[in-house]
Amino acid sequence: MIATHYVYWVLFAIMMIGLYVVISHGNLLKKLIGLSIFQVGVFLFYISLGKVRGGSAPIISPTVQTYSHPLPQVLILTAIVVGVATLAVGLGLAVRIFETYGTVEEDEVITRSATDPADGVPEDSLNGGGGDAAQGDEA
Amino acid sequence: MTAQLPALQVAIPLICAPLCVVGRSRRFAWWLFLLAALASLAISVLLALRVSREGAFSYQMGGWTAPAGIEWVVAGYNVPILLVVSAIAVAVAVYGYRAAGLELDDWHTTLLYTFLCLTLTGLLGLTITGDIFNAFVFLEISSLSTYALVAMGRRRRALLSSFRYLVIGTVGATFFVIGIGLAYAVTGTLNMADLAARVGAAEGNRALYAAVVFMVVGLGVKVALVPLHAWLPGAYAEAPNVVSMFLAATSTKVAIYILTRVMFTVFGTALVFTALPTGQVLLVLASAAMILGSAVACFQGDLKYLLAWSSVAQIGYIMAGISLATAAGVSAGYLHIINHAITKAAMFAAAGLLLARLGSVQLGALAGLGRRMPWTFGAIVVAGVGLIGLPPTAGFVSKWALVTALVEQRQWLVIAAMLVSSLLAMVYVGRLVEVAWFRDPAPVTETASPPKGMVAVTWVLVLLTIWFGIDASLPASLADSAAQALLGGGG
Repeated sequence: MIATHYVYWVLFAIMMIGLYVVISHGNLLKKLIGLSIFQVGVFLFYISLGKVRGGSAPIISPTVQTYSHPLPQVLILTAIVVGVATLAVGLGLAVRIFETYGTVEEDEVITRSATDPADGVPEDSLNGGGGDAAQGDEA
Repeated sequence: MTAQLPALQVAIPLICAPLCVVGRSRRFAWWLFLLAALASLAISVLLALRVSREGAFSYQMGGWTAPAGIEWVVAGYNVPILLVVSAIAVAVAVYGYRAAGLELDDWHTTLLYTFLCLTLTGLLGLTITGDIFNAFVFLEISSLSTYALVAMGRRRRALLSSFRYLVIGTVGATFFVIGIGLAYAVTGTLNMADLAARVGAAEGNRALYAAVVFMVVGLGVKVALVPLHAWLPGAYAEAPNVVSMFLAATSTKVAIYILTRVMFTVFGTALVFTALPTGQVLLVLASAAMILGSAVACFQGDLKYLLAWSSVAQIGYIMAGISLATAAGVSAGYLHIINHAITKAAMFAAAGLLLARLGSVQLGALAGLGRRMPWTFGAIVVAGVGLIGLPPTAGFVSKWALVTALVEQRQWLVIAAMLVSSLLAMVYVGRLVEVAWFRDPAPVTETASPPKGMVAVTWVLVLLTIWFGIDASLPASLADSAAQALLGGGG
């Protein structure tokens, strides 16, 4: 199982490493790096699906009998574009967050926002536990 | 010409989007978005009429026949969603004419309409497509523009909400792609109907089970089903109000639609609900969503956060109906999709009126204003009654249908969860009433009267919730034909 399908094991390991980075790191840029690793794992997984043993690149030639499947690569071309766009939006947001808060550490951003009256809502309200007591609106 | 309607449905908003930016004028962008929304609505109505006349039909993109080419399908299951999305888009366009300018400067208003066009493109495309990879692309078109829209919120906290949404949403979408990849590895096709035909031959295949799980979890993130809902409250509450109104009414609903499409027409009930315990798991999560969402909503100090948490609970109702996998249950789920879209849009529209008049939707700022603004708060109370699910509002009709479907399946615990959730909904709506009418008025200086267009849209939506509560024949027939198309087999 592992010997014949080692590619899938490696690729799923890459995906899980990426996902773990997303979950475990508080730094917004590191989260984006993890997200990219996760996505690259998925891209490689698709491309590995299209490989036919002994197959050549899918360009028609009279000397070649077996070809690898081109469709997964085309699909992943689209997915890569989507991934790049997501990364660009994510980095754009990270830059804006750095400009407004002066940090890209998630915990820091949350504490700075909680102590800033201009933000209006206390942090616990953002996470679900907010209420009147913290709000002070029981006039 | 009419043969090309499915393509135009998605192409018109897509073409309008870059034109919005090129025009560099707020007014011009607004006209384009209104045009795109009206065109979508007109096309949706035409498509709905054609489906009711001739039954489901498909459109071959670029003339390439399925399964090699990309196929778009219009059938009973996506007609109600197309109608809801495009109708809400029209309401948002009319409402946004004055509302958007209250929170954003001119240039950002232009960009707002650009992204609204793109979100509309993504949502309509996601609804109409019959190709599963195409669905992923549209899912990401709508999600990416949604991230940008959320980040436009007036408080700087919107940036963090948007970033969190981006990270969680992308993980969800990537899970969906992994699921597609696994299903493709097993069946060798991406066309939904073709997949459905080939899934039977691969019965008992572990990779196929994994594909189902990855897709359900990935779409669960987009649906914001508890416990994958963490992004929703921040995203809805921090976004500009026009955006909250649009997203709350449409984006999660479309995600629920694509989830039902995957579960019922692609993999089929035999695999998803019989071979795997998806139904039971989703029912438990839906019950948890109902109680958690309503309970947390009771403790919110900000009206928009309150509404966002109430959405978490309402998604629980919809998912409870769908995860029964019976005709009555799916029909009730669809009915609640339609009714909740209208009710929540009305609620956010009313919140926008308060935002326009007071500049804040903190409950503290609303104290004692019920007498001074009887109409605005009247709209909130009527829509709130719709959220609780009392007659004569649309919320009652869909909840009644849902309870009937649950009784049929003897799911007493889920009914108990629904009851608890409804009581909690009474608490949070009651709290609004208490704040507005039974508190000493806060010393408010001047309350400008809100723009007429915004008031009109709010009341049209509010009256629509009452209309669908009294005469539910239109949404009910749409929901029934959707359930029939989904469970009748074949994608």
